[in-house]
Amino acid sequence: MLGYALRRLGYGGLVILGVLGLLYVLFFLYAEPQDMAKRALGEKAPPEVLERWIHEHGYDRPWSEQLRDHYVRMLTFDFGRSDSDDVEISRRIREGAGPSLSFTVPIFVLGLGLGVVLSLFVAYFRETYIDRAGVVLAVFAMSVSVLLYIIGGQFLIGKLLNWFPISGFDPDPRVLPRFIALPIFIGVLAGVGGDVRFYRTVFVEETSRDYVRTARAKGCGDGRVMARHVLRNSLIPILTRVVTAIPFLFTGSLLIESFFGIPGLGALTVDAIHGNDFSTLRAMVYIGALLFIVFQIVTDFTYTLADPRVRLE
Amino acid sequence: MEGYVVSNAVVVAVVVGGVFAAWAVRRSRFWSESFRELARRRPLALAAIAVYVLLGLADAVSWVGDAEGLEGVAAHQPRTLLDRAFPADFKERSYSAPLADVEFYGAAPLARPGAHWLGTDILGRDVLLLTLKGARVALLIGGLTSLIVIPLALLFGMSAGYFGGRVDDAVFFVISTLASIPHLLLLIALILVLGRGPVQVCIAMGITNWVGFARVVRGETFKLRELDYVQAARALGASEWRIVLRHILPNLMHLVVITFVLLFSGTVLSEAILAFLGIGIDGSWGQMIDQARDELARDPIIAWNLASASAALFGLILSVNLVGDAIRDILDPRTLRENL
Repeated sequence: MLGYALRRLGYGGLVILGVLGLLYVLFFLYAEPQDMAKRALGEKAPPEVLERWIHEHGYDRPWSEQLRDHYVRMLTFDFGRSDSDDVEISRRIREGAGPSLSFTVPIFVLGLGLGVVLSLFVAYFRETYIDRAGVVLAVFAMSVSVLLYIIGGQFLIGKLLNWFPISGFDPDPRVLPRFIALPIFIGVLAGVGGDVRFYRTVFVEETSRDYVRTARAKGCGDGRVMARHVLRNSLIPILTRVVTAIPFLFTGSLLIESFFGIPGLGALTVDAIHGNDFSTLRAMVYIGALLFIVFQIVTDFTYTLADPRVRLE
Repeated sequence: MEGYVVSNAVVVAVVVGGVFAAWAVRRSRFWSESFRELARRRPLALAAIAVYVLLGLADAVSWVGDAEGLEGVAAHQPRTLLDRAFPADFKERSYSAPLADVEFYGAAPLARPGAHWLGTDILGRDVLLLTLKGARVALLIGGLTSLIVIPLALLFGMSAGYFGGRVDDAVFFVISTLASIPHLLLLIALILVLGRGPVQVCIAMGITNWVGFARVVRGETFKLRELDYVQAARALGASEWRIVLRHILPNLMHLVVITFVLLFSGTVLSEAILAFLGIGIDGSWGQMIDQARDELARDPIIAWNLASASAALFGLILSVNLVGDAIRDILDPRTLRENL
């Protein structure tokens, strides 16, 4: 087990180096420093101002030095300053993590709960009209663009019914729920279709196994079979799907944050896109990949908790 | 070469390719039976997709001339078959409601009262025409991306699975690297670097999407390589190339078909997100929805732009998803479940 853990960590480290290499190619080799400076300062900036900007941001050094600097700084989490307004990127990230987590964690927990409960319900009625209607509804829900969920939700609930503010954010715990209720509702709604369709197939496959028949034959009630036996044995695919979604809790949701004016990491990324701020974007991509790799390794170990038959060699 | 000539050539290529595919399906018993089963299960969704494809093709064939009512440069611009189904000067000055006789703000009389079935947008363009034209963009996004993804994934997936060893290590490393970067972020980074434009967006989507399918192809090739008929071919002295092309590739075709359909709806939906970020493709439904965002804040509200673009997008994605699910059930009930 320890040997496996070390090997996984080693490979994860290797992949991180690969990701950094790719980011270097994308953001340093391909993008011309002149273009970047022009994008940051405007097309009409005088040449000497452009030169000074390039020098200050270190884009005029030899490529080997830039490459080494890129690796060293990323690996030590020293992200430097933003290309567009010179604010420290790591400070921005620290400030943005809280607002992002405040609504992505509820979306994650509620979405997972709702998805699993609904698909257990649908799988329980497999091969009946309830099942077929459930699947068709799930496909309907999946076919609606996220944009429409957000615009429609803001319009219906925020403007017509006036239940919650259309957008805005306040970290004060007394008013926070009012601001994040609508984003959470929309986030859960947008994800539930895909979840139900996926979990349903997992559950339906599991219900045709022998142990389910045995449990029934021994007099185990239907509800108990679904909740105790089927759910327990479907944990591996559920964990795979769930754990890989965790990095997105931190990096936030680009669309929801910018529509609802939540000052989180997703909004930070959107600003970086609009401002052609490559440094911030590079930091966000790196953090996203790092979290993904870490949680992938974590998934492997949760498998052994979910299913004692799994041995990590 | 002029842009519209290229577009016309692409239409010819697509039609020839479609005829060839239909011929190939008819010739093979497995494929023709699968198709008949699909047509039995999802006749409506298939018909809807056919309508979208015809609209897309009609909006891709264009030529210059016959521009009555237009003046100056506009009269010498190529107009598509779809444009020609409407009058050449089918424009108002600003917003008008569906089937209205007067402008929405100010009630000035329209040039063509009652002719705009879905109203007009802020520039006075006919919303029905704009919505129909979106079909071409959606097909371009889905089709071109798949055209990039499938060969790339087949090449890398098959060589990794078939040759194993160093090749597999290298391909697997590339796959792990690309797969560990959050999808949307990688897509955005690629578009910012490659630049904005339909082809660039499709290339970026291709690079972000080939990984998942390559992983499936690699696993399947791994399994197929050990099967008896492949061993027999090798014992008879068939070259590596012949084995890969004649014995492995045909047995991956069902996965190619399923991936094509599932990828299609995924890419068209993610283009809508890109449109919101301002890096989408001009004329797409995503862009129409994004532009219609502020119209709901007006008083009285303007909903016909948003409604038509959303309905067209939803109709296409829903039919593709329904067909995709059915194809997956018919061709392969297991392999792709957990991977796509």
